[in-house]
Amino acid sequence: MSTLLKYFKGYRFEAFTAPFFKILEAVFELLVPFAVAAVIDNGIPSGSRAYIVGMCGVMVLLGVVGLASTLAAQYFAAKGAVGFSCNLRQGLFDHIQSLGFGEFDKIGSSAMITRLTSDINTIQSGLNMMLRLMMRSPIIVFGAMIMAFTIDVKSALIFAATIPILTFVVVGITLWCIPLYSRVQRRLEKVLLRTKENLAGVRVIRAFCKEKTETERFFEENNELCREQKIVGRISAAMNPLTFVIVNLAIIALLRQGAIQVDGGKLSQGLVMALYNYMSQILVELVKLANLIISIPKTAACAGRVAEILNTPCSMENGTEKSFSGSEYSVEFDGVFMRYGGAAADSLEDINIKVKPGERLGIIGPTGSGKTSLASLPPRFYDVSAGEVRVFGKNVKSYDLAFLRNAFGVVMQKNRLFRGTVRENMRLGAPDACDGEIFEALKAAQAAEFVEDMGGLDAIIEQGGANLSGGQLQRLCIARALVKRPKILILDDSSSALDYATDARLRRAIAALDYSPTLLLVSQRVSTVMHCDRIAVMEDGRCVGLGTHAELLKSCAEYREIYDSQIKSEEAAK
Amino acid sequence: MKKTVRRLAGVLGASGIYMVISAVLAAASVLLSLYVPILFGRAIDEITDGGVFFEPLLGFLKRAAVIAAITAVLQWIMGIINNRITFDTVRRVREQAFEKIERLPLRYIDQSARGDLLSRVIADVDQFADGLLMGFSQFFTGIVTIIATLGFMLSINPGVALTAALLTPLSLFVARFVAKNTHSLFEKQSKIRGSQTALVEEMIGGAKVVAAYNYAERSSERFSAINRELETTSRRAIFFSSLVNPTTRFVNSIVYTAVCLIGAFSAIGGGITIGGLSAILTYATQFTKPFNEISGVVTELQNALVCAGRIFELADEPAEPSDEGAKVLENVKGGVEIKNVSFSYSPDRPLIRNFNLKVEPGQRAAIVGPTGCGKTTLINLLMRFYDVQGGEITVDGENIAEVTRASLRKGYGMVLQDTWLCSGTVRDNIVLGKPDATEEEIVAAAKATHAHSFIKRLPQGYDTPVGEDGGNLSAGQKQLLCITRVMLSAPPMLILDEATSNIDTKTELRVQRAFEKLMKGKTSFIVAHRLSTIMSADVILVMRDGNVVEQGSHESLMAKGGFYAELYNSQFAPMGS
Repeated sequence: MSTLLKYFKGYRFEAFTAPFFKILEAVFELLVPFAVAAVIDNGIPSGSRAYIVGMCGVMVLLGVVGLASTLAAQYFAAKGAVGFSCNLRQGLFDHIQSLGFGEFDKIGSSAMITRLTSDINTIQSGLNMMLRLMMRSPIIVFGAMIMAFTIDVKSALIFAATIPILTFVVVGITLWCIPLYSRVQRRLEKVLLRTKENLAGVRVIRAFCKEKTETERFFEENNELCREQKIVGRISAAMNPLTFVIVNLAIIALLRQGAIQVDGGKLSQGLVMALYNYMSQILVELVKLANLIISIPKTAACAGRVAEILNTPCSMENGTEKSFSGSEYSVEFDGVFMRYGGAAADSLEDINIKVKPGERLGIIGPTGSGKTSLASLPPRFYDVSAGEVRVFGKNVKSYDLAFLRNAFGVVMQKNRLFRGTVRENMRLGAPDACDGEIFEALKAAQAAEFVEDMGGLDAIIEQGGANLSGGQLQRLCIARALVKRPKILILDDSSSALDYATDARLRRAIAALDYSPTLLLVSQRVSTVMHCDRIAVMEDGRCVGLGTHAELLKSCAEYREIYDSQIKSEEAAK
Repeated sequence: MKKTVRRLAGVLGASGIYMVISAVLAAASVLLSLYVPILFGRAIDEITDGGVFFEPLLGFLKRAAVIAAITAVLQWIMGIINNRITFDTVRRVREQAFEKIERLPLRYIDQSARGDLLSRVIADVDQFADGLLMGFSQFFTGIVTIIATLGFMLSINPGVALTAALLTPLSLFVARFVAKNTHSLFEKQSKIRGSQTALVEEMIGGAKVVAAYNYAERSSERFSAINRELETTSRRAIFFSSLVNPTTRFVNSIVYTAVCLIGAFSAIGGGITIGGLSAILTYATQFTKPFNEISGVVTELQNALVCAGRIFELADEPAEPSDEGAKVLENVKGGVEIKNVSFSYSPDRPLIRNFNLKVEPGQRAAIVGPTGCGKTTLINLLMRFYDVQGGEITVDGENIAEVTRASLRKGYGMVLQDTWLCSGTVRDNIVLGKPDATEEEIVAAAKATHAHSFIKRLPQGYDTPVGEDGGNLSAGQKQLLCITRVMLSAPPMLILDEATSNIDTKTELRVQRAFEKLMKGKTSFIVAHRLSTIMSADVILVMRDGNVVEQGSHESLMAKGGFYAELYNSQFAPMGS
């Protein structure tokens, strides 16, 4: 929790003033019954209208001052809670962006989005409520008791007895219900799941004539839900009647005690009424307090989740090197092993590949063989668990990350464009690129034509590229990488949605780039990689073949197998 | 609207008796609970500074104690009854909705958004019950409270009562005024939140792009700009909306003071006793509550009616016509004939026209075509997920429109590419089509499909729970389970959907072999992607844009040089540059 405290920076004043004004407000509220008592004890018996008007004036004044302090409290609470949350949100966003992909995979992007949005919103409203109510409710409750003590000690003892009982009932029932509610929630989720499953599997269910069994299973789960709901309902339904009885019994005891004291001349009628009023006030505040108590574990859970991410350190240490030196190889994998966090087995085992500047290396293999893992090492998206990856002669760990990645043009399997114009997207990696340079890249990526059709560089790309076809999306992502004029270009299965002819044109255009980048080309299609200078064949995380197409056909059984299944179809059929 | 209300009566009818009891209890407990302050007032009147009259005082207090106890019991019973009405209604409505879903035509389910159907069964039903029943009971007790409070106050002192009654609603207007003005602020806030969430989703979803292009700093700046805007708007929205409580409380305290003032004045003249004044003051503090509740209830009731309308819409959807009494297809041999069939999903887009096909028992028909060509349409018709609009489909010479759906579907084994497993154990999933299968039969089927070896290695073997949608299994393993399922029930006809590319080579080989075993001696329809499958078929159906464009053997289709030949050349022929 202390992780989060620093985000109060700039709002400490508000965090203290809000409860302070809330205390003031409560104090003013507690004074009102005294004024009423004065009216009854002095005003009415003496028949002094002026006195009554005066006391009522005091009550109005108390109301006005009370309102003023409430407004101040609400203002500071809102400012403090919102300010804190915005600080926290920015801090969390920046922290998330600083994390490595290893942490990303572990936490999961949907969890991160929830932390940044709904969790922090919950924290904000919880904090706002706490700043306002945390002080007010206890002060009214205990203040009422203290007031009672100043009036009459014997009567006040009734308060001292009632408050714990009421607190026990209100808080007890509330706390009792919380886990029951989460059980109901889980049951409801089961019912939801069953429904979801039935919609998703409607064809299978009907094919197997399972409608009746499924309906029965649904009924069972639905009944369970209903039963759990009734259990919670029965308990929470007891709250109001119980508190009603307790408060009224307390008032009865109070009136009886008060009567004895008045009879003994120790108390006045007006003060008995004041005691009666205090007792009524307590209940309302206790119920509010119970609501606050419910929200505390919820807020705390959200805060805990946010803190968990903030406390996740970035496992990747940044290097300092900011220059490339001349080297025989642009990319070297030297005895590389790699294992994803939490995985049981290595995803890459003993990889040794050296790639020369300008060389085109194809990487092929079945799904899960480690192609993508291999391609994500040179830009240091992940760190190796053993061995070394070198770029232009130096270990990737020695480079400043931003500097290193600036040298790469990377197009990933899951292509993503950001909402905005085509131009904004193209400038992502090269903020100063001019339109001419952008068009050059678009042409090489076979995207110039349809961009023109869309309305040029100012055409809008919707979120996730929703207004583009898969092939268009891929070509724009390739163009975006080319705008950088990267020293090393990595294409990870990034032309799978293109038809054969376009794919071929694209490959030719990339081969003809005047700055001749080193190319790492990942694909499942033999036809895509067969023209590369060399091809690495991956299988189960190992490189089982490295050489030209012709060499591999001769020497590598795995490569031949893939080739046969994709290209030499006639024989496979018989 | 009116119709919805009438339908509601029908839904609630089953709980009718409880509703009457609940209403009676509500009225009784409200009246009694309001009577308590009066007794207290009378008791206070016995406590004068001149002396205390203990005997009547204790009498009033005793009565108050008894009444408070009775009220509490009544309230509790009412609470339980209300719960019962609500939860039972929810259960009933949900059961009906689910039963309906199981009987709706596929056409309706395919056309509806899944999330929408789900929210009708889950969220709408909840909101409908909560809103309607809780809303109704609050509305009812609210009205009774207002009337009874007024009556009690009037009986004590008309002047003071009117002051309280007329001034109290003031706080409602204040609350309404504040709420109206904060509404636009909240709208603005949710708009800004929306754009912030969109940015967050983009930047976190595209984290690799952000990293690869060193975009983190720039995206942080964008985030910060939105965040600052959100801060200003949120602060104002929260502050202004939090004005509702203090201002109404302030208005209430003014009302309280006014009642106190006028009450005290009339007490001087002896028009009201101190105890009476105390009772009215108590009422004055409580009088706003029912008004607030009622105004809140109106929106809730409207919401509930909308939800109810959506549920009834689902309930009114015509179910698949019953096929009770229709002929039961038995001892299927597997001869399938499609005669002159026409079909389309929507009348303005004709799809299949005059389609003819004859498949003898034991023959294989391969369905090929590019993605989205409508291969599922054929499955839909064969399984009678959809009914043909012209012509007929026969199985062993019987028109399938004239036999029961269940008996037709039992004749088919279906393995779709989009594998579906239900939550339950591996065993539950395998026995789906044959619940009474013995352990030996299950293992034999699993061995036949090469699924046994991986099932054995699962943590609890055949009793390993399968997560939602088979979460913990690989795509290939899921497919093997689905094949085992069909292998076990051993139907005479098959509909198979070959997986494309998301399985690793080894598993793929297994799946292929399992398919091969499964098809032995059975009439099969295969949505084919693999050349070997296509070429071993007795007849190839070529589909394009939802329609069957060619049919015949591989040789005849190649010779024809049509769409199949084109497809073959682009997908399977060598692709040198």
